[in-house]
Amino acid sequence: MLDTQKDEGYTTADGRKIGGVAMEMRNITLRFGGVVAIKDISFDIRWGEIRAIIGPNGAGKSSMLNVISGSYHPQEGDVIYKGYKRPKMRPYQVARMGIARTFQNIALFEGMSVLDNIMTGRLHHMKANLFQQAMWWGKAEREETENRAQVEKIIDFLEIQHIRKTPVSRLPYGLKKRVELARALAAEPSILLLDEPMAGMNVEEKEDMSRFILDVNDEFGTTTVLIEHDMGVVMDLSDRVVVMDYGKKIGDGTPDEVRNNEEVIKAYLGVAHE
Amino acid sequence: MLYREAGDFKTSYVADNQTFPIRFDRIGYYVILGVAFLVVPLFITDYWANSIVVPFLIYTIAALGLNILIGYCGQLSLGTGAFMAVGAYGSYKLMTAFPELNIIFVIILAGFITAGVGVLFGLPSLRIKGFYLAVATLAAQFFLIWLFTRQGWFYNYSPTGMISAPTREVFGYPVTGPRASAVSMYMICLCFLVATAWLARNLTRGSLGRQWMAIRDMDIAAEIIGVNPLMAKLTAFAVSSFFIGISGALLFTVYLGAAEAGEAFGIDKSFLVLFMVIIGGLGSIFGAFAGAAFLIVGPVMLKLLLVNTLGWPTDMAAHLEIMIIGALIIVFLIAEPHGIAALWRTIKEKLRLWPFPY
Repeated sequence: MLDTQKDEGYTTADGRKIGGVAMEMRNITLRFGGVVAIKDISFDIRWGEIRAIIGPNGAGKSSMLNVISGSYHPQEGDVIYKGYKRPKMRPYQVARMGIARTFQNIALFEGMSVLDNIMTGRLHHMKANLFQQAMWWGKAEREETENRAQVEKIIDFLEIQHIRKTPVSRLPYGLKKRVELARALAAEPSILLLDEPMAGMNVEEKEDMSRFILDVNDEFGTTTVLIEHDMGVVMDLSDRVVVMDYGKKIGDGTPDEVRNNEEVIKAYLGVAHE
Repeated sequence: MLYREAGDFKTSYVADNQTFPIRFDRIGYYVILGVAFLVVPLFITDYWANSIVVPFLIYTIAALGLNILIGYCGQLSLGTGAFMAVGAYGSYKLMTAFPELNIIFVIILAGFITAGVGVLFGLPSLRIKGFYLAVATLAAQFFLIWLFTRQGWFYNYSPTGMISAPTREVFGYPVTGPRASAVSMYMICLCFLVATAWLARNLTRGSLGRQWMAIRDMDIAAEIIGVNPLMAKLTAFAVSSFFIGISGALLFTVYLGAAEAGEAFGIDKSFLVLFMVIIGGLGSIFGAFAGAAFLIVGPVMLKLLLVNTLGWPTDMAAHLEIMIIGALIIVFLIAEPHGIAALWRTIKEKLRLWPFPY
């Protein structure tokens, strides 16, 4: 247990309880050869909050998310999760520790039905071994039914009952995004990472998606980290925002603080040369 | 009775998950099983058993195995012939080393041996994929066949280099060797086929099957969701090789009786089974049946039609047969690139709406 100072969290204006620190990024530096994607960044994520990472294109937001989900291993710095320094792990091991994510470009399993896609999200809740599954006997069948019941709850929650058995490849874009969220939620994650959940959506779809993100946070208390370009959405949804530019952190705080931050305004709007 | 699920309410997730959700299919399935087990044995003759039915059953098992690897897990393999040879030589060594061991256990054990060998040759799949993996499995094909033809221990130093199956009995009926009757050969292959098809269905509908398909559809996303790629790929190789080993053991012990690795299990066998899987439909249990039926039963049926019905000379019929089968493959693949199974699925979907498609 590292020295994460006792921190009981606080209650937001609308009465949501934000807990202590769930994950802390300490001095993360990530290099690809000579390119420095992330330069000495530190920030924390608290239990129950919606944490946004914003920044212009190429700022290193997605790289940051990949560090959290274990796809990239930073050269320097530590990821501290639930109070312990996380050793170098393969992505599937990180997933088993309760971190689920969605992808910028939809990464659903096209050859499978919606139901199977979401059931895949529940992998680590299913423990039957090869032989039990081969015989479809005892644990295998029982687990399948139990997990199906859980998945059905999520299907209800995200209002995708009508496409349950449809192959994913036949779905329109907006629904695919929703199915991807469902798959991530099915894992019952402690931390949910959303990489541009609203990219390429129209206003209505964005509204739906925002609603779902807030509902998920409300209902399950899921800690959510999201990357998004739509500033209106980010400022409305998130509790705290990290702003990145060229791999550096240039701002961190509540939406209001960030909005008035000199550096942030400079990065987004540019400054007039005098 | 119309072909649809309306009125057939599912009240539990178990019922909703069953293999044949439409009542008509369920009944059809039981009818086919009944015919296969009760009616066919009454009429089967040596000619039908040897030319069509037994090879069809055996190759369907191989196609099921390869379909798990290629169709469900997306790992391309060209080593099927060699893995069948492992099953065959494994069963031969077991039969000669333990003469009292029941042939059924011999075949199952041969399957497990093949599973082990398959995992070994599946290790490269962790690093390479697609065509490159196919080339790596090609190495298995050449290496194993070399091993079985050059190393005397595998064929018990027989002077011809062939292995031949001694007579073994199940419930007092000889199923291998020259005294085996058509019915007993048919029954043992059918039992193995039904068992393996059932196992394949169970494995592909559960958590493991979803992990395989996840690896097939998008391996990077699969890993981030929590699929261990090492486990998923190696179990696919193991299960696939297990089935292929069983089919190789059956091919040798029950059907051929005597075999030589280079001839019976050459690369052409790898391609034959691969074509079955592709034509039948990747990622479908039914596809394995359809593909094997197309490539095993099709040529024989054509020959019967051309030679026996139309009275054409045998040699011309043989050439025409190859051309027609080749043309049919192309026609099928153009009409439905995802194989006969996808064609069948489309027909069923249309049938569900018939006669009022709107």
